[in-house]
Amino acid sequence: MPECIPAGTWVEIHRVVLAPAERAPHLPEDTRRVPLELRVRGFLAGPASLGDEVEIATAAGRRLRGTLVAANPAYTHGFGAPVPALSPIAGEVRALLEARGRER
Amino acid sequence: MSDWPAYGEIMAQRADIVRAAVGIDYARYATGALAFDYERLLADCGYDLESARAVQRRTGVGNTPLVELEHVTALVRAIAAPGKGARIFVKDEAANPSGSFKDRRASLSVHEARRRGYPGVAAATSGNYGAAVASQAAKLGLRCIVVQEAFDGRGLAQPEIAEKTRACEAYGAEVLRLSVGPELFYVFLCVLRDTGFFDASLYTPYSILGIETLGVEVAEQTRAATGRFPDVVIATHAGGGNVTGTARGLRRAGAVDTTVVAASVDLGGLHMASDRDFNRKSFTTGHTGFSVPFTTWPDRTDVPRSAARPLRYLDRFVTVTQGEVFYATELLAVLEGLQRGPAGNTSLAAAIPIARTLDADRVVVVQETEYTGAGKHPIAQLTLAQQLGIEVVRGDPRGNLPGARIVVPEHPAQLAVVDLDLERLRRSYLRNASASLPPGVRPGDADLAFLAAETRTTRGRVEEIIDGMSRTT
Repeated sequence: MPECIPAGTWVEIHRVVLAPAERAPHLPEDTRRVPLELRVRGFLAGPASLGDEVEIATAAGRRLRGTLVAANPAYTHGFGAPVPALSPIAGEVRALLEARGRER
Repeated sequence: MSDWPAYGEIMAQRADIVRAAVGIDYARYATGALAFDYERLLADCGYDLESARAVQRRTGVGNTPLVELEHVTALVRAIAAPGKGARIFVKDEAANPSGSFKDRRASLSVHEARRRGYPGVAAATSGNYGAAVASQAAKLGLRCIVVQEAFDGRGLAQPEIAEKTRACEAYGAEVLRLSVGPELFYVFLCVLRDTGFFDASLYTPYSILGIETLGVEVAEQTRAATGRFPDVVIATHAGGGNVTGTARGLRRAGAVDTTVVAASVDLGGLHMASDRDFNRKSFTTGHTGFSVPFTTWPDRTDVPRSAARPLRYLDRFVTVTQGEVFYATELLAVLEGLQRGPAGNTSLAAAIPIARTLDADRVVVVQETEYTGAGKHPIAQLTLAQQLGIEVVRGDPRGNLPGARIVVPEHPAQLAVVDLDLERLRRSYLRNASASLPPGVRPGDADLAFLAAETRTTRGRVEEIIDGMSRTT
């Protein structure tokens, strides 16, 4: 049995808004091949499992329907590792300013 | 919304939906086949400089610090000829409530939405503007919906937009995240029709008048700090609002001799509606994918007549490379203690080579910063770029190739701007204007005068260019 997610949980739903054949004309080839997809978060209207068709209440008070894809979805964007192409810049420009200071 | 109406059905209702959602009857301002009364459109919106400032004061928008970048200036003078190297200042717009100058654009729109009794506001934007509208809506007690182009067909989110999603949700907004494509506008129209919310468009008069306060502050604060108006103001340029509002504000404050420079990141070769290119841009705004089309034809927005009309105000339009902007962002952090950008630092990257050519007693103002954070940082963008197979190297920035190679300069003397030919952009605008006329209709007197004002040239020159086009096509 898939785990039941209680009503009122903050969740994310997904749905296809336009299938490839329904998309606007004059799209680049790579975009025309894929559907227009929507993801939105809100509070789950009734208990459900991942993959179910559900309704949510959004932060603006709307009811939207879609496939339940995540419960309490995390914000996963971050920074990543320091980038070698940027790391030496501080030392380089400080050295330039110090050299200029000595000349004056 | 129980289910989604058909694409064609919604697009056919576009004019009615937008009219109800912005509350402006644009047809009233038409004065010719092409022409409309731009100044009256702006004047009729009911806000002058003082009332705009009063609205912004109440939500803590504006009056941001003007900070002299003494170390960046010293670095410029280290690479400049003797006697050269203008003083560089930055207007620290990150000090606005949601962290960017976009709060100025949102403030009058949201104020107007509440004054007219709309139940909420909606905005189609993947950028700082969403956070600004959500923040202002929270402050004024309105509901808010933001529609973003946020991820590609593989589900990979652009990190800077993921941060805007988080910010908008933090301010209590509903955020609709979409995959890549211009049908975002269809989804936005569905939202407006479903909710009856106000369209807090980036391109209404409210949005532009909200930026005029920034131009006025730049003029006033620069004169207080240096005894003169700025010689050059550099604005990061995308949809044209920033340049338009800032230039209008400068003029309003009397800084009529200030040179207004628009700066964009060169994204030549990447397609703005391409699913594949979406995450290969490394910049979400301030780039040529927006600025060139919006300069050569402003009326491509969510409202019938854009109040952002950049060609009327540009003295110069320059591009810089992706790697140069990341380098400038690093300089701002390590030399001035300001972690800002990166996209907003496009104008800073342009300021360095421009200040280098000017006399040392001149003053250059970079007219905005924006907040930085997770996803919205050079490291986040370059990490994603490397994941997608884009080369990130040090070297001569002329070797930068959008989508394939980002070249971070090795020395500040390598920073340069590339001037776009304004005459070519004017011709392109006039070609687009002619193409928008119904078949067989020639521009009338009012149209020719309008096109001259739009392109900052003479009526005779407009006629000459249009006649030349009809002979060659």
